[in-house]
Amino acid sequence: MFYREAGDFKTSYAEDNQTFPIKFDRYRYYFVLVVALLVIPFVISDYWANAVLLPFLIYAIAAIGLNILTGYCGQVSLGTGGFMAVGAYATYKLMTAFPWMDMVSVTLLSGLVTAIVGVLFGLPSLRIKGFYLAVATLAAQFFLVWLFNRVPWFYNYSASGQISAPERSMFGMAVTGPNAEVWVKYLFCLFFVILLSWVARNLTRGSVGRQWMAIRDMDIAAEIIGVNPLKSKLTAFAISSFFVGVAGALLFSVYLGAVEVGEAFGIQKSFLVLFMIIIGGLGSIFGSFAGAAFMVLLPVFLKILGVDMLGWATDIVAHIQLIVVGGLIVFFLIVEPHGLAQLWRLTKEKLRLWPFPH
Amino acid sequence: MPDNLIFAMEVTLNGLMTGVMYALVALGFVLIYKASGIFNYSQGVMALFAAMTLVGIQEGRVPFSHLINAIFGTSLHNFAWNSVPALLAILLTVAVMVLFAWAVQKFVFGHLVGQEPIILFMATIGLAYFLEGMADLMWGSEIRTLDVGLPQGLNTVIDDTTYGWFGYGFFIDNLDIVASIVAALLVAGLVAFAQYTKQGRAMRAVADDHQAALSVGISLNFVWILVWSLAGFVALVAGIMWGSKSGVQFSLSLIALKALPVLMLGGFTSIPGAIVGGLIIGVGEALFEFAVGPMIGGATENWFAYVLALIFLVFRPQGLFGEKIIERV
Repeated sequence: MFYREAGDFKTSYAEDNQTFPIKFDRYRYYFVLVVALLVIPFVISDYWANAVLLPFLIYAIAAIGLNILTGYCGQVSLGTGGFMAVGAYATYKLMTAFPWMDMVSVTLLSGLVTAIVGVLFGLPSLRIKGFYLAVATLAAQFFLVWLFNRVPWFYNYSASGQISAPERSMFGMAVTGPNAEVWVKYLFCLFFVILLSWVARNLTRGSVGRQWMAIRDMDIAAEIIGVNPLKSKLTAFAISSFFVGVAGALLFSVYLGAVEVGEAFGIQKSFLVLFMIIIGGLGSIFGSFAGAAFMVLLPVFLKILGVDMLGWATDIVAHIQLIVVGGLIVFFLIVEPHGLAQLWRLTKEKLRLWPFPH
Repeated sequence: MPDNLIFAMEVTLNGLMTGVMYALVALGFVLIYKASGIFNYSQGVMALFAAMTLVGIQEGRVPFSHLINAIFGTSLHNFAWNSVPALLAILLTVAVMVLFAWAVQKFVFGHLVGQEPIILFMATIGLAYFLEGMADLMWGSEIRTLDVGLPQGLNTVIDDTTYGWFGYGFFIDNLDIVASIVAALLVAGLVAFAQYTKQGRAMRAVADDHQAALSVGISLNFVWILVWSLAGFVALVAGIMWGSKSGVQFSLSLIALKALPVLMLGGFTSIPGAIVGGLIIGVGEALFEFAVGPMIGGATENWFAYVLALIFLVFRPQGLFGEKIIERV
């Protein structure tokens, strides 16, 4: 009824090419933006911010990053945790070396550093494919974590080997450090989420994105029709790592505050982000958000259900969580290999035709 | 002979032994990959699960006791019998692994036939998580010691002999020697099984070509269950070896990650490749840690294997013994 192209007349090419061609989608998008920007900051509480919203926003960025590489360009990476660590340590070094620099520049520069590292580890992807590449990215994961653990320069020779974010402000309000208000942190992360998802959405529907998808579907065929595999694989690695680096930077500076590299950026983190994009949907920006929301909410939900309502011990709930996550991954791969995003697509398609079945 | 050289020799020998242990895990990967094209990430967790089940049965624990206690408020822990003979426990564990193989085929990969390899790979990651949670839920997550009566500790014969030769006794663990012998027997057994039995031939046929095998009347389903059971058995052997060496705990499942570079080096489809790859990685990382480790902060064995495999693959993308990758449009 309301979800139709009919009656929404496009009178210019720009309108014809817009991201949300259906009016309802457009208004829904504006509505989400208004709620996120103008409502949530006023009602946000410490618990919601720390347990749900901040991790959701940060992991959404990481998931979009990995989705660009794995979902759009078809290069499976298990090194996400390592690249997030690069972002975090780059932020730390920049924050301590240039105290006057504002946090937005610091975060974007950390992303840039990660992009360079990502390209370095992406170089073998030109020779190595499939599983071999997935395992090769583990080299990045383990080497980078080891590097940040063992080379004291990266953690400024601190005795504990940890890095902790000093206090930095934007517009006179603390963004990082213990005195930062949650709504400031929230808005700071939200700014990056909106910026980066806008970039990602437009990259993936442009010529770069089409090249990635051609490489994903079959790289030899793509090469024959004139896609440069070197260029498109390395741009995918660079842009993906940029996103992942920004996510790592935010995770460290805004969300966690203090980080021990093996614990925060271990192999588990790589799998977490990979699960987000599998459950959310490979090759979909919306899917990255859905997957991130799912994987952030699931432990919270299970904890409320198991520990608070049924009164079970936390370790049993943690084990059940592993089973549920593993089972869901398998379930999704069997039932809907394209993830939550596909369910969303089907719903929209049904809505468009409603009340008729075909 | 200079001291450093003697130390290096000892390090090399120990590296070889560790390499055998890596190869044990890698073997399970190769079996499944050859027969079904599934890259089974959960092999390491299968080793953990098998070892925990073995310990649990040996100690006569009640499965899921923590969960049952939490739901019904009981305090179950052990069955009336407190210890089960090692051999019986091993047999029961094998039965559990066969059951697991059947369940995996029935509920997971039976539904995923014909999917892309990468989807199958991710499904095994899900399986690994599931199995890890299941192992903890069934048997509890505390660290156990596993003892099935394997000899452990310093091998005095080698110690004395090398002392006689070099004036310095090499420290070689008995368990490592046993592991090497077991690994050799296992490989010989697997090769004999694949060459001389009907089921083994069916297995090789499936590995060659699914459709051709199907058309001559081989049941793919049966072969896949067989292969998963064999991989489960290999996982049990690896679990016993690693479990006796360093206790049964979560880190046991991480040896799977160590087996990955071994596989890359040896090639995913080759059993000899898994052995040779394991030895190269074992010796390589031990020597690297010995020679270069102290200069750059130590603990290089965390990443050396991966970087070695990565560099190696750039020059030979299919690994040492892997089948040549032919791509067509």
